[in-house]
Amino acid sequence: MTSRWLIAAALFLSAASGIVSGKEAAPLADDPELEARTTQVASELRCLVCQNQTIADSQAGLAIDLKNQIREQLRQGATEAQIKQYMVQRYGDFVLYNPPVKTTTWLLWFGPFLLMVLGIAALIYTLLKRNRGARSVGGNETNTNSVSSRPES
Amino acid sequence: MVPELGHFALILALLLALVQGIFPLVGAARGMPGLVAIARPVAQGQFVFVAIAFGCLAYSFLNNDFSVAYVAENSNSALPWYYRFTAVWGGHEGSLLLWVMILNIWMVAVTVFSRRLPETIIARVLGVMGLISIGFLLFMLLTSDPFDRLSPVPPNGRDLNPLLQDPGMTSHPPMLYMGYVGFSVAFAFSIAALLSGRLDAAWARWTRPWTTVAWTFLTIGIMLGSGWAYYVLGWGGWWFWDSVENASFMPWLVGTALMHSLAVTEKRGAFKSWTVLLAIFAFSLSLLGTFLVRSGVLTSVHAFATDPKRGLFILIFLAIVIGSSLALFAWRAPKVGMGGSFKLVSREAMLLANNVLLVVAAATVLLGTLYPLVLDALNLGKISVGPPYFNSVFVPLMAPAIFLMGVGPLARWKEARLPDLKVRLKWAFGVSIVIALILPFVAGEWTPLIALGFLLAAWIVSTTVVNLYHRLRQFDGSLISRLARQPRSYYGMLFAHFGVAVFIIGVTMVKSFESEKDVKMAVGDVATIGGYAFRYDGVTEVQGPNYQALRGTLTVSRNGETVAVMHPEKRAYTARDDSPTTEAAIKGGITRDLYVAMGDPIDTSNIMGAWAIRIHIKPFVRWIWAGCIIMAIGGLLAIFDRRYRLPLRVSEGTRETAGIRATAPPAAAGDTAPTASLRTRNP
Repeated sequence: MTSRWLIAAALFLSAASGIVSGKEAAPLADDPELEARTTQVASELRCLVCQNQTIADSQAGLAIDLKNQIREQLRQGATEAQIKQYMVQRYGDFVLYNPPVKTTTWLLWFGPFLLMVLGIAALIYTLLKRNRGARSVGGNETNTNSVSSRPES
Repeated sequence: MVPELGHFALILALLLALVQGIFPLVGAARGMPGLVAIARPVAQGQFVFVAIAFGCLAYSFLNNDFSVAYVAENSNSALPWYYRFTAVWGGHEGSLLLWVMILNIWMVAVTVFSRRLPETIIARVLGVMGLISIGFLLFMLLTSDPFDRLSPVPPNGRDLNPLLQDPGMTSHPPMLYMGYVGFSVAFAFSIAALLSGRLDAAWARWTRPWTTVAWTFLTIGIMLGSGWAYYVLGWGGWWFWDSVENASFMPWLVGTALMHSLAVTEKRGAFKSWTVLLAIFAFSLSLLGTFLVRSGVLTSVHAFATDPKRGLFILIFLAIVIGSSLALFAWRAPKVGMGGSFKLVSREAMLLANNVLLVVAAATVLLGTLYPLVLDALNLGKISVGPPYFNSVFVPLMAPAIFLMGVGPLARWKEARLPDLKVRLKWAFGVSIVIALILPFVAGEWTPLIALGFLLAAWIVSTTVVNLYHRLRQFDGSLISRLARQPRSYYGMLFAHFGVAVFIIGVTMVKSFESEKDVKMAVGDVATIGGYAFRYDGVTEVQGPNYQALRGTLTVSRNGETVAVMHPEKRAYTARDDSPTTEAAIKGGITRDLYVAMGDPIDTSNIMGAWAIRIHIKPFVRWIWAGCIIMAIGGLLAIFDRRYRLPLRVSEGTRETAGIRATAPPAAAGDTAPTASLRTRNP
């Protein structure tokens, strides 16, 4: 009851100040849920005529065309994978911002983790070797910067 | 006349660079004081001539001298004077001149601020910087002369790229280049140390402030670029993993690793060769970034130049610089001692582990940036590597790095005891977990990624608090006096780490909770999004100095109250035939940005009818840049640490002497800052 009263008051106030008038703007698409899925697919595809922009972000003619196609195909029940495959058939892998995992991209996808494993392994190896080396020559080799018990920045 | 003067000044600068790149290095190697002594004056002389060249180009721009090809290409008489000035670095040739100008600024800074360093070290550092300068001056004179004349003289210029007609253009490129080129100082110090064979704690102490200054500039430069892209490109992105962005991010990552590694080298004498290697990498990546952006191998927002001759020159230059410095490293580094020993669990080991992660992260960005180019060059197909790739490989790499960021500062040097660490971190860990479990619900939604973002941010903040608490506990006195007694570099570290937390919160919030709507709006239509009502009030035509615009008006209200009137624009620049540009309207705020961009009229023949308009709500997006600013403040605090301004004898002297000096007249007190205890007594 009170809430209805509040809404009425709010409506009155806003009408009086002339803030909310006119009709709710029509979304460019009529189905918001479909639109969200369209954007999701479009945000992983490259706008081929733009300078490094996704189809979702671009306002270029081709991007808008492709967005319409994605929307249409989703409406007809195509899956996201099918649409991406369709785009790849037409424009090649270049259109995918998320490059596919295949022989030519193994290094791209697994390289970073390989590097991390190698890096950590090298680190542990160096530290162990260093510790052993340091002990065999009898502790501190150079102790010019002796450390106080206080932590320093 | 003026362009010829500029050209001549560049040639003289090249001659001086040759002198600077050869004789001081020979003098230092052979022990000839006469040759060593010329390093400073020659460097300052080179600066003067490069400054003259820079001034001549600026003069040609300001006076609309379209007989200069570069001016005709990048300016127009209708362009406001301040954009005519920034147009100096609006294209390829001028960007290079800015690069050399900034290199010379750094050289002069070295001559001024390193008076206490041994002369041979300075000679070597300036010699190496002179060699770099030779490369860039030659590049300019042989392939990209900004002073080339044009015949016949066009009546007017082609105008500056509209995207660059923006206040961001005044600050972003100079800041970024200050950062990029600033790493040349750390590089030069490292090469100088390798040449002299004196790679010690003193070397790290000299290199450290230079690296921190460059890093601070780079942080600000990247931040400005991100903020600029956010509003100028019209789709509200703040980072796109674009090759040009990556080109600046790689030196930043390695530079961050370098700062931390230098800390260990200075304090404990360890990691020497690793630190030198990082300094070489950081500058090499800066050069690589210049190559990527300037050679035109990329087709992206910033790369306007396309000329294979230029690409080849930079590639050869790059190969010479990286190749020779790595060769020198391989020859000299094995002779470097190991430095102070430390255990597997110690601050040193954790900093080293973090270093490895940062370098792997930089290597990953490099891999993702170069991979499409290499595949294309080998005819193995064209691919795009974009945000989905980087996001999915970057998060798993950075998460452990940020975990270590919390632990490292709490661990003791040499040997940290695990039980000790556990006690100290238990509390921080618990708090972080609780925050990660609860806060996402408060923000709106719980997903693993949001929780991870909050976990990392909370971890940094809580470990920072624990760190401060444990540190202050070791001192006596009131809280204020204890706080005042901590060195600025300590606060610098806390600030920089805290900035990362703020940054992570911004990224998490905007990635997870941003919303956008594409609507068709006729006059009077209202679009409601995220509790805000946007009413479209039509467009008006606006005449700019060198463009015509259609300016829309949207009145934004929340709960019946008007919160903003926004004016997005579509601009057509008279002198250029590019498609119209989009000027987004942004209403900023601490917890959210409102962002409106105009698309096109629904019916192109009726601009007074309905328009396609895109509205974004970007929660906490400003925290991303605020985080960067806080990091940069951390850098500044570290630079202004007292110990860098104290002459060695004072810092090693007793507190009494420092105290006496501080009570001396202001002129004397200026260079020997009073001790902290004294400062608190006389606030």
